[in-house]
Amino acid sequence: MQMIAEIVNQEIQVNKAIISAKEVSVFYREKQALNSVSLDIPENQITALIGPSGCGKSTFLRCLNRMNDTVEGCRVEGLITVEGQDIYAPSVDEVLLRARVGMVFQKPNPFPKSIYENVAYGPRIHGLARNKDELDDIVLTSLEKAGLLNEVRDRLNSTGTSLSGGQQQRLCIARALAVQPDIILMDEPCSALDPIATAKVEELIEELRENYTIIIVTHSMQQAARISQKTAFFHLGEIVEVGDTDQLFTSPKDSRTQGYITGRFG
Amino acid sequence: MTDMSDLKSENQWMSEERKALLGKRHRTERRFKMLGLGAIFIALAMLVTLFVNITSKGYSAFVQTRFEMNVTFDETVIYPNGDRSAQAIRGASYGNLIRNTLRAEFPDVEKRRDLRSLFGIVSKGASRQLRKIVMEKPSIIGTTTAIWLIASDDMDMFNKGYIPRNVVEADRRVKDKEIKWFDHLDAKGSVQKVFNWDFFSSGDSREPEIAGIWGAMVGSFYTLLITFAISFPIGVMSAIYLEEFAPKNRFTDIIEVNINNLAAVPSIVFGLLGMGLFLNLAHLPRSASLVGGITLALMTLPIIIISARASIRAVPDSIRQAALGLGASRQQTAFHHVLPLSMPGILTGTIIGLSQALGETAPLLMIGMVAFIVDIPGNITDPATVLPVQIFLWADSPERAFVEKTSGAILVLLSFLVFMNALAVLLRRKFERRW
Repeated sequence: MQMIAEIVNQEIQVNKAIISAKEVSVFYREKQALNSVSLDIPENQITALIGPSGCGKSTFLRCLNRMNDTVEGCRVEGLITVEGQDIYAPSVDEVLLRARVGMVFQKPNPFPKSIYENVAYGPRIHGLARNKDELDDIVLTSLEKAGLLNEVRDRLNSTGTSLSGGQQQRLCIARALAVQPDIILMDEPCSALDPIATAKVEELIEELRENYTIIIVTHSMQQAARISQKTAFFHLGEIVEVGDTDQLFTSPKDSRTQGYITGRFG
Repeated sequence: MTDMSDLKSENQWMSEERKALLGKRHRTERRFKMLGLGAIFIALAMLVTLFVNITSKGYSAFVQTRFEMNVTFDETVIYPNGDRSAQAIRGASYGNLIRNTLRAEFPDVEKRRDLRSLFGIVSKGASRQLRKIVMEKPSIIGTTTAIWLIASDDMDMFNKGYIPRNVVEADRRVKDKEIKWFDHLDAKGSVQKVFNWDFFSSGDSREPEIAGIWGAMVGSFYTLLITFAISFPIGVMSAIYLEEFAPKNRFTDIIEVNINNLAAVPSIVFGLLGMGLFLNLAHLPRSASLVGGITLALMTLPIIIISARASIRAVPDSIRQAALGLGASRQQTAFHHVLPLSMPGILTGTIIGLSQALGETAPLLMIGMVAFIVDIPGNITDPATVLPVQIFLWADSPERAFVEKTSGAILVLLSFLVFMNALAVLLRRKFERRW
């Protein structure tokens, strides 16, 4: 009975929100970066986190795959669940968590290795491929999904750093996809890219929505409006307003949101 | 508005006041450049003086004077008892062969004292030379063959011009009669300077003309091998732990400060530590490359840790984040990504640390590697000496001929150091990465 209840319970949560944060506060030593933030993130949607610099949106994002653990003196309070599991519970291994919650960073950061090795690294350390053929398969599929395969098919052995900025960022996305995550966190993935590369990456993000839950931090409100279904506005370590993107951008309830999206501050 | 146009006017740009200021600025700049050039010039001049001095003294160590003599490989001398075994050949008195040869060459020398001087123009190493020839080719016994025998150190010095003829005989190490014998041989074309293989292939000796640096080179090699085998893994592991895993707190701060202090400790102190710890306490063999290597490893360790930490720190955080974000553990991040990327820098630091260890003398004196050792060390526990200690020993020897040996050994040591440092520069050039 209990198991059924759990399954039912999980299913409800899966339908509603894949990630749920309740009263999350983050401290860097004495300084408080996030103050009691609660946010539900729906599955297979793109959730945009917007707000002025230093408002805590990246900090929040990095809590979701426990990347903040690597920061000296960082302390996280509150409850964050991914598919119903408290990710800060002692039994949770952050290494496995990060395999399920992938991350793409602001600056494209491919390893200074070949394109193939960049993508193959994740599956290799997690033992996702039993042999070379399976690994080849994962690498090619991931590059395909990231829309990069046609551009690099004949130079898989050249170094990842030799690609253009936009290609590097899509390589980083392919690398994240290769670990077969459910959720992908993106921390301003287009801020270092030119408009054409940005358009390509945005297109890719929209395509990925079908199979992945995506949370994206962005400074560009146009980008948030273009690609996300849900938007949360952060200000001074708190969530001021959260709602459907259309609604938030057309009729914000809070005056601070209004001020930010019309460009009066931030 | 009128002020603005005033400022832009020609007068303002080229006023006398401004010109003077500009002139002063250019002058200071020129003066600074001259100072810098001067400093470099002085430094280079010192370096050139050092090299010219050592090379001019040392190049003659690479050649050796030899006398051509018709040696009769007399059976009665080699087999006095009729015993023809290999052991008898090895134990035969080759000194007698040489003495007979010299007598035959200079039949008019008869007085005992003169004979002793005559026998002294050929090196004591010449009998070893003959033994080697006979051992390799026993068929030579019974024949008379022209052999280039190694000259004694005094004859060698005389031939190389270090002992001038025009000095009063009493003040001259080479006496008139010896010069006469030399001239006699020289007139026959029986004096030759040949490349001194012995210098590179034999161990130390009391006789300068046959003393070589091979023993010291092998000793240096074993010592550095031990130093590397101990200090490299420990140093790299400590650096990785401190940079990638250790929490940043007061304890690690203290460790860091102490590692920096350790790098500045005088090397003789490490020598005393090595003596107390490895010889007196652990009873490891005295004078052995093993102990020398461990002692030098203590000294090299902080250098390797510091340089390894610097190159690990130079790996950008984005690489670590990328790996961690994929679900790599911290250890996987460190060993799959950070370490390979910092390896060129670590190796450069290691080579520089090792070249420092190669030139180190003081700590090795403390652990007895200063002993006079003729045999080539066969393993790490054999008594050995190293190049800089060999230089120290020769520099301390009274014979005139050791002066050139000293400089020659310095040249060899310097070329090793230059080679190692060039390798470090090359590594850095080749693998330097721009992020």
